[in-house]
Amino acid sequence: MKVSYYPGCSLEASARDYQESIEGVCKRLGIELVELEDWNCCGATAAHSLNHRASVELPGRNLVIAEKGETDLVAPCPLCFNRLKAAEKALLNGENGDYRYTIEGKVKIWDLADFMAQEKVLGLIESKVTNLLEGIRAVCYYGCMSSRPPKVTGAENCENPMSMDKILTRLGAEPIDWAYKTDCCGASHVVDRPDMVFKMVGKLYQRALEVGANCIVVSCQMCQANLDIYQEKIGAELGVTVDLPIIYFTELIGLAMKEREVEKWLSRHFVDPLTFLGEQDLLARSWV
Amino acid sequence: MESIQQSPVEIDPGFSNLVQTSASLNVNACFQCRKCTNGCPVTFVMDIYPDQVIRLVLLGQKEQVLRCSTIWVCSACETCTTRCPNEVDIAGTMDALKEMAVKEGIQIPQPKTYAFHKAFLQDIKKRGRMFEGRLMQSYLLKSGELFRKLADGSIKEEINLGLKMFKKGRLPLLPKGIKGKKEIKEILR
Repeated sequence: MKVSYYPGCSLEASARDYQESIEGVCKRLGIELVELEDWNCCGATAAHSLNHRASVELPGRNLVIAEKGETDLVAPCPLCFNRLKAAEKALLNGENGDYRYTIEGKVKIWDLADFMAQEKVLGLIESKVTNLLEGIRAVCYYGCMSSRPPKVTGAENCENPMSMDKILTRLGAEPIDWAYKTDCCGASHVVDRPDMVFKMVGKLYQRALEVGANCIVVSCQMCQANLDIYQEKIGAELGVTVDLPIIYFTELIGLAMKEREVEKWLSRHFVDPLTFLGEQDLLARSWV
Repeated sequence: MESIQQSPVEIDPGFSNLVQTSASLNVNACFQCRKCTNGCPVTFVMDIYPDQVIRLVLLGQKEQVLRCSTIWVCSACETCTTRCPNEVDIAGTMDALKEMAVKEGIQIPQPKTYAFHKAFLQDIKKRGRMFEGRLMQSYLLKSGELFRKLADGSIKEEINLGLKMFKKGRLPLLPKGIKGKKEIKEILR
């Protein structure tokens, strides 16, 4: 299987763990990721806040490049995915007709978690699972941008996405249902209004602990950073010990397939997931 | 008896149409059910609620709506737009209002948020991709946060975070540029 791949800027830096786990897992599954040639930043929140035209044209340029190929396009960052989909919609509707790019709309754009939760990929994953993730009781946290608004994302059930829940079930982990799957973490406000983000993330920790989760599984590197990096500080403000590893779903796929590199990926986190996974006898030292 | 002096309210009747020009925001369809506000995760930092933003747009209260904090603290989570029964694009309207406020030279009530967005766009204008290390530096400078953090000593936290990210291999020292930088510059001209 071959797909075009749009990593996005943060996967080249702060979300290196996500990037490495995606590459490692796809290689094992025989999914060939063809990085989009000379891709550019999607413009993210800054572009759609200050410059509507640029917020269409920046991802639009990437869509033009993607249409030179024949394959579907996969984006691991939900914000990139959302901006690509929004640009696709604007360009196809010819809104105002004054954008510099035109597209045919022939490339299907995927959110990575949705791509991996297709039945054919789930089957492929399941066939390679040798390390059942028993003991992992996780809440799947999807965040905003892979779901909303459904008119843009095409999400089937934007209030209750299931892609990661389905994947975790196939890995032998236990996904716990909770009502905060798509509640916002505050995203880039962590830079300019950390007070807001700390309050929003604090609520997520409390709800995750209430349902008895022992970790939070994510598909968004902004969510991961906000829930992982400041956990100790936010916990102290709440007066509770949180201690919830924030793990990418791709890292769990790697772990279930006994991918050797998985401990390297996980060591890049702030809240240490290795102690927790070791206690569940899921790490290499327990592999027979 | 003391007479009540009411100053006349200035109404800009074309304002809602003006707000809608750049996209299909559909603000005129609002019937004030307040579903947007009830589902909004950031009302706790807003000065006026999302339904009030839409109402003020419809009432032509341009000054008030362009000067509010709400449009800047909105986290663009799109819950309001998703749930609106009349298909008003509330989050999109917040964006259109931010863009308008900047064009009109209004003093932005959330200067740090504005500084971050500006620093972000300037960063991608240089190389076509965002480079986190550089972006944070220019944000700290432009927002004035660098001087505040130097003064109160909290700069130590920033430095420690940077060092930790570097040790974990998550802070590369050199940015990557793209061949199509010129095109990106034109888009962001």
